[in-house]
Amino acid sequence: MSLDQELELIRQFPIFSKIPLAMQKLLCFSSERLTFEQGQVMFHAGDAADACYIVIDGTAEISVPTPKGPLVVNTSGRNELIGEIAIFGDVPRTATVAARTRLETLKISKNLFLSVIRENPDAAIELIRILATRLAHNSAQLSKVAR
Amino acid sequence: MERSLFGFILRYSKREQLAIVPLVLLSMWVYFASLDLPKDIVNNAIQGRGFSNADSTAKFLELAIHLPEFMGGAHLQLLDGFDLERIPYLVALTLSFLGLIVVGGALKFQINTMKGWLGERMLRRLRFALFDHILRFPLPHFRHVKAAEMATMIKDEVEPVGGFVGESLITPLFLGGQALTAMVFILYQHVYLGLVAFGMVMLQTVIIPRMRRRLLTLSLQRQITARQLAGRIAECVDGVVEIHAHDTSNYERAEIASRLGKMFKIRFELYQRKFLIKFLNNLLSQITPFLFYLIGGYLAIKGRLDIGTLVAVIAAYKDLPSPIKELIDWDQQRLDTEIKYNQVIEQFTVDELVPPQMQEVVENPRLPTGGEIQASNLTLINESETKELDGVSFVHPLRGRLAVVGGNGSGGSALAQVLARLVIPTNGNLEMDGQDIIRAQESVTGRALAYVGPASYLFPVSVRENLLYGLRHHPVRQADCPPNEVRARNFDLKETARAGNITLDIRADWVHYEAAGVSGPEALDARMLDVLKMVELEETIFEIGLRSTTQNSLGAELSEGILRAREAMEQRMARPDIQALVERFDVARYNRNATLAENLLFGTPVGKSLAIDALGHNAYVRSVLEETGLMRDILGIGHKLAETMVELFSGLPPGHELFDQFSFVRYEDLPGVKEVLAQVADLGLDRIGDSDRHVLLTLPFKLIAAKHRLGLIDETLEAKVLEARQRFMSGLPTHMKGEIEFFDATRQMGAASIQDNILFGKIVYGQAQAASRIGVHLRELLDELGLRAMVVRIGLDFEVGTGGSRLSVAERQKVALARAMLKRPALLVLDQALAVLDPVSEKRVVANVLAGHDCGGVVWVLGRPELAAQFDEVLVMDRGKLVEKGEFGRLRESGQGLAKLLQPA
Repeated sequence: MSLDQELELIRQFPIFSKIPLAMQKLLCFSSERLTFEQGQVMFHAGDAADACYIVIDGTAEISVPTPKGPLVVNTSGRNELIGEIAIFGDVPRTATVAARTRLETLKISKNLFLSVIRENPDAAIELIRILATRLAHNSAQLSKVAR
Repeated sequence: MERSLFGFILRYSKREQLAIVPLVLLSMWVYFASLDLPKDIVNNAIQGRGFSNADSTAKFLELAIHLPEFMGGAHLQLLDGFDLERIPYLVALTLSFLGLIVVGGALKFQINTMKGWLGERMLRRLRFALFDHILRFPLPHFRHVKAAEMATMIKDEVEPVGGFVGESLITPLFLGGQALTAMVFILYQHVYLGLVAFGMVMLQTVIIPRMRRRLLTLSLQRQITARQLAGRIAECVDGVVEIHAHDTSNYERAEIASRLGKMFKIRFELYQRKFLIKFLNNLLSQITPFLFYLIGGYLAIKGRLDIGTLVAVIAAYKDLPSPIKELIDWDQQRLDTEIKYNQVIEQFTVDELVPPQMQEVVENPRLPTGGEIQASNLTLINESETKELDGVSFVHPLRGRLAVVGGNGSGGSALAQVLARLVIPTNGNLEMDGQDIIRAQESVTGRALAYVGPASYLFPVSVRENLLYGLRHHPVRQADCPPNEVRARNFDLKETARAGNITLDIRADWVHYEAAGVSGPEALDARMLDVLKMVELEETIFEIGLRSTTQNSLGAELSEGILRAREAMEQRMARPDIQALVERFDVARYNRNATLAENLLFGTPVGKSLAIDALGHNAYVRSVLEETGLMRDILGIGHKLAETMVELFSGLPPGHELFDQFSFVRYEDLPGVKEVLAQVADLGLDRIGDSDRHVLLTLPFKLIAAKHRLGLIDETLEAKVLEARQRFMSGLPTHMKGEIEFFDATRQMGAASIQDNILFGKIVYGQAQAASRIGVHLRELLDELGLRAMVVRIGLDFEVGTGGSRLSVAERQKVALARAMLKRPALLVLDQALAVLDPVSEKRVVANVLAGHDCGGVVWVLGRPELAAQFDEVLVMDRGKLVEKGEFGRLRESGQGLAKLLQPA
């Protein structure tokens, strides 16, 4: 039923697609299905990062605090992963994320995520690939700004 | 306390010991008579000696004293008796024999009872006296004692004293008498043979004690090593965090192993020597008959001794060894007990023991109430000859607010302890309101003064009891005693007094309400809440209260309050923002946020038989499941769950955290579950064995539909569970009524927490931050209904654990501060009592206490000197000396001690 639906969902993510089926199931079983009401804040900038979220349905709004008030920098929608990088960095959340609409998510705790990566080299390589792509993307943007 | 064991015994039990002596003598006579009578039965009644023909009679009840042969066989006629024929004579004699045995047994029983009573009473006295000593040790002495060692001494080491006291005087008297008569008899029969026997006995009494000397050293060592072991184990328990933090567990293991090895050696040598002594002892007593046969035989052959005498001597000697042996055993016991006694007494002998009159029960002492604190030349020199206080003199209004600053080692802490009269200064005077505080009784200092140090101790009772602790000086109101218990109670009181114990009744009401400024228990509760607010502990206790069950505090007011709150919460939950956050219990609906067990029982198990792990084994539950056809479904769910668990968790290493958090099956149980699955695959679910069914049945009850999302609980199953629920409730056997508390919207549930009682349902899974959002509403609602105080009162029943360990350090200090304030002392002495708080909170609570303690003064030794700004006056200490005294602002400007302390480091 719903667990199967979640299983379908996480298989679409490259990080999780390569791990064994039993591990995928364990991941879903041990995660928490959480609903946020419209406007409810998932986490604030500066909070400790204890989990990442997969959006199952709805839209989340990502904003950063500025002296002039919060500035919306991005939105996340269906089948997107929120906050997965921060939990590896032991750094506080850099942005505030709130539900723009009613938001269905799957909350994967930091410990669970870490143990999945630890058990599965393929998933780790996938994660490194994502990080490398982002780094390349950021460097490109930086050089664009510098030019 | 008496220095020697016999001094102690004679002083406190002489009369009781003497009372036993006549009984012992009587029992000896009965014993000899019962030995003598069979001879009469056999010789006269059975063999018919003295019955020359059928009509002959013999005299019965011819009361005479027969002394044993070896004492000369004297015969003293007391009663002439009456004539009986042979058969009645036999019957009469055998009945008398039976009578003697019964009387002898009864006497022995009585003597043993009296000995036991005597011994236990003396043990009680000794234990009480030792405990009394602990309470009178001067405080600095506690730096040298170990709690566990003290406890072992009072509990174990003096225990043998109780057993020995009953034997201490009577046994040597009795056995010595026996041995002496036998000895005299032998000497009377034949001087040489007597001298031989005497010589051997003397040899025994010389050699054996000599061999025992080593034994005594050993038993002393055994006692001390055992005590140290107790102390060491307690140290390991106290320091267990350090052991793990430094990976020294194996060091500790080795340490204890070496101690045990030492103890083993001591004990083994002890036993070996004991057996050796026994062997020698037996040998010596067996050598004497050998000598008798040899020397006596020689003399008889030479015609210098007649055979009758030799036989009589040997017979008498048979009676000699056993009292001698027992005497030697007694002597051994005496030495053992004496050593233990002396050892313990030595440990409890302390110079400067507080005299008993300092701690007398005084109901209404004159307490200082105002005036001034006058400290003159207070000097305190510690054991290492350092001056902790050096000529401190000052005058300050008793009701004022005085801060003491100066940093570590400045003498502030010593000053606080002296002001609270916990430590007696080496020199100097201290007066409050004209009263000499140094020589005042504890009834004055313990009530007029209160002290909270940097690490206070809480007793392992409830928060409430800890707060009341400072109000228990003597019984205030007698306990009610039902008429049928009056006799038992008077007996107890008499016995208590006879054992030299204190006779105050612990069941009486000891709480001194007037001292807390209130009239009775209810007002005291209100006052406690005020004090808790002052020290900012009220919110913590409120939260504890919300989580507490109400089993122990049933009451109409509480249950009415809970129901009111439950109703209000239900209305509030109609609001759209929280509507979906709680799924309430409804007897007609399946609660998807509760376990399958809770759904089936529709209640909270009270006992163990319906606990979630035992549910599948319960005969009644199984019968309900069978009748409703649910058994097959539950087994099926169990099977699927087992499959899922094996699939999900088999790949994980043992001890993985996911097991604890999510698995229904523990790692070590996984192979067993796999076997069951194999059985199911072979035989089918319906034909597996009973033990396999058990395994599968334990799994499904923990299933929470909304949390686990396995899709195992569908609407059809829900309907069946509801049916089973009805059947379970209606058919519940009478003997199981106490095992469960059903969810009942109209009643308070004792087994559930207050929060659960008010919500009457489960906080739903899957709603973000549901618990904290509900918490906010719960608080608002309780405030609106005025029920907050009630919840706090329930929170006060929270047990704080050993040394208060279930509370944080800061909370512990706050409880200690509240305890000190509740008794409204004339002077509250605080030594860095809140230093563990963060600076902002400390500042707030200091202000609260200064404003709230309106019935007396405050002296506060501060770790953070800037807080002194809130006080009337400041004492600045440095290396035991008072260097500055004055108003905060002025001292800060003057640029001396305080100013220096205030400079940022």
